[in-house]
Amino acid sequence: METKKLAIIATKGSLDWAYPPFILSSTAAALGYEVEIFFTFYGLQLLRKKLDLQVTPLGNPGMPMPMGMDKWFPVLGTALPGMQSMMTMMMKKKMADKGVASLEELRDLCQEAEVKLIACQMTVDLFDMETSEFIDGIEYAGAARFFEFAGESDICLYI
Amino acid sequence: MADFDDELDASGLNCPLPILRAKKTLTGMESGKVLHIIATDPGSVKDFEAFSKQTGNELMESREEGGKFHFLIKKS
Repeated sequence: METKKLAIIATKGSLDWAYPPFILSSTAAALGYEVEIFFTFYGLQLLRKKLDLQVTPLGNPGMPMPMGMDKWFPVLGTALPGMQSMMTMMMKKKMADKGVASLEELRDLCQEAEVKLIACQMTVDLFDMETSEFIDGIEYAGAARFFEFAGESDICLYI
Repeated sequence: MADFDDELDASGLNCPLPILRAKKTLTGMESGKVLHIIATDPGSVKDFEAFSKQTGNELMESREEGGKFHFLIKKS
């Protein structure tokens, strides 16, 4: 049987959106898939050695708020200073309590399983990012490099 | 429950960790050996069925006991 291939473009740099690429990639690798993730724009934050990702209730009416906070804080309340760091703290605690893996752990598992992580060179240049702040073992390339793999893939996701 | 050669306690872990840990443990086992996995994630029931189907490692047994899920997987 020919090895199946999963290609993902990761474009988001918030705590909640960081999970799908790493969960799907690590699982696919465990199922025997060959996997590559192309990180572009805000997705580059997922490759930093020290992850400091946040989650925000701002503009996200679907986010469940603890202790009925959505009733106490109407839409504008979610823009209050400190709300983002408080929600991030609560989300991280909830995840740990429920046995959800940390992003660092999932990312390590992806690298162990030889998931290829590719950083968009254009984004690195655009935001003047320091490659020394990124984890080791990643590749820097452009869109054509993504298509080389994605064109042969069985599943291709834009996240 | 049938005999097994290795055991993995994935209690308290959530998706996709039980699958990832199981895969890792199976990698270090010889073909034909049986792994007993214990999990508390209710999603793991369908996940281990799917894992078995896609990787060819036979799911010999899947049952719930005392709020925990037990799986026996034979390394292909």
